[in-house]
Amino acid sequence: MANTLQFELVSPERLLRSEQVEMVVVPGTEGNFGVLPGHALLISTIRPGLIEIYEGGKVKERLFIAGGFAEVNPERCTVLADEAVPLPDLNRALLEGEAREIEARLNAAQDDDERNMCRRQLAVIDAKLTALGAAAAH
Amino acid sequence: MATLKELRNRIRSIRSTQKITSAQKMVAASRLRRAQEQAEAARPYAQRMERMLSSLAASLKGQTNAAPLLAGTGSDQVHLLLVATSDRGLAGGFNASIIRETRRTIRQLESQGKTVKLVTLGRKARDALRRDQGKRIMESRIEIGRPRLRFEEAQAIAQALLALYADKQFDVCTIVYNHFRSAISQIVTKQQLIPFSPPESANDNAEAASRGVYDFEPEDGQILNELLPRNLAVQIYTALLDSVASEWGARMTAMDNATRNAGDIINTLNITYNRSRQAAITKELIEIISGAEAL
Repeated sequence: MANTLQFELVSPERLLRSEQVEMVVVPGTEGNFGVLPGHALLISTIRPGLIEIYEGGKVKERLFIAGGFAEVNPERCTVLADEAVPLPDLNRALLEGEAREIEARLNAAQDDDERNMCRRQLAVIDAKLTALGAAAAH
Repeated sequence: MATLKELRNRIRSIRSTQKITSAQKMVAASRLRRAQEQAEAARPYAQRMERMLSSLAASLKGQTNAAPLLAGTGSDQVHLLLVATSDRGLAGGFNASIIRETRRTIRQLESQGKTVKLVTLGRKARDALRRDQGKRIMESRIEIGRPRLRFEEAQAIAQALLALYADKQFDVCTIVYNHFRSAISQIVTKQQLIPFSPPESANDNAEAASRGVYDFEPEDGQILNELLPRNLAVQIYTALLDSVASEWGARMTAMDNATRNAGDIINTLNITYNRSRQAAITKELIEIISGAEAL
């Protein structure tokens, strides 16, 4: 059995990562799951959270994804992400500013559609902030 | 016969037109390249989405309570056409061919006793269809993909469609767009979006079968309910990217032709100009000479 698997991270706009990795941890809707080579066939939805790419037993890279789908088979793990940002690119101050802005829009919103959209955006920003907090604790 | 001054003016004005069309051609060429790159970059996602859907559909095959996006409403009485055009003209037959195909499809469906509704994308479709098909238009969107098409825009369109679908406003949704084959050839294409029919290639199925059955987390029906709306957005996004690339391709070709035509006209005008100039000189000479001889 090979000791690496092909990891692919795709957003609707482009292919973000395609590389051989030892292990990835994916934030599934029903809990995080680690993928090693030879994993059973699986299709799962993803909640907003962090994808962790392992190499040499250590985390090599952390990426935030805003949700999406993952498909796993013995030699490949494909993640279809709605939005993906490398964790170091997230900025707490900037995010908090954005959150305030959206909250203001939410309060000024006229119809339900707009309110729902604002709530969704807020949820994503919340998840980003949580991810930052979790990473800082490591 | 035009005077020399008139000819000179015409030549000058056509020359400046030519400068404009050739500049627009350059712009179109660079925008086309960018649009093609964008379409290329979006392909991996669409492919993987398709692969995932076909394995899902394979595992759900034979189930009766399939998702309405996959199974349809059980009727095909009301058709919704999503008409993708551009906001701007000067792109040869790009918009005209889409609108012609739309009208043809409407007539064909009407003759079968179906009801047809429209959602237009781009200013051109709205303006052209508003006059005679105005009562069919449910929604018009303009200024899409400016300065570049974002996935969120496709998602917003998908959401609007899903809202109409949930409201039982239509049974079948088809998108009419220009498929990009090359810079000089765009093909008007109709693709059914709702209900979605997963592509079934014998190869994939054999592969899936040899691998065994997928585990689903959460259960397959629920995943499908999330995956299908997403897939709708992806399909609209892919079609729109294709349409944008076609638009710039068509515009580039149109501008190239215009530049060449302007060149031809300038040549003919130049010849006429030189001839009449010579004719004028000859006439003057004859007058002088015959005047001198008469003495």
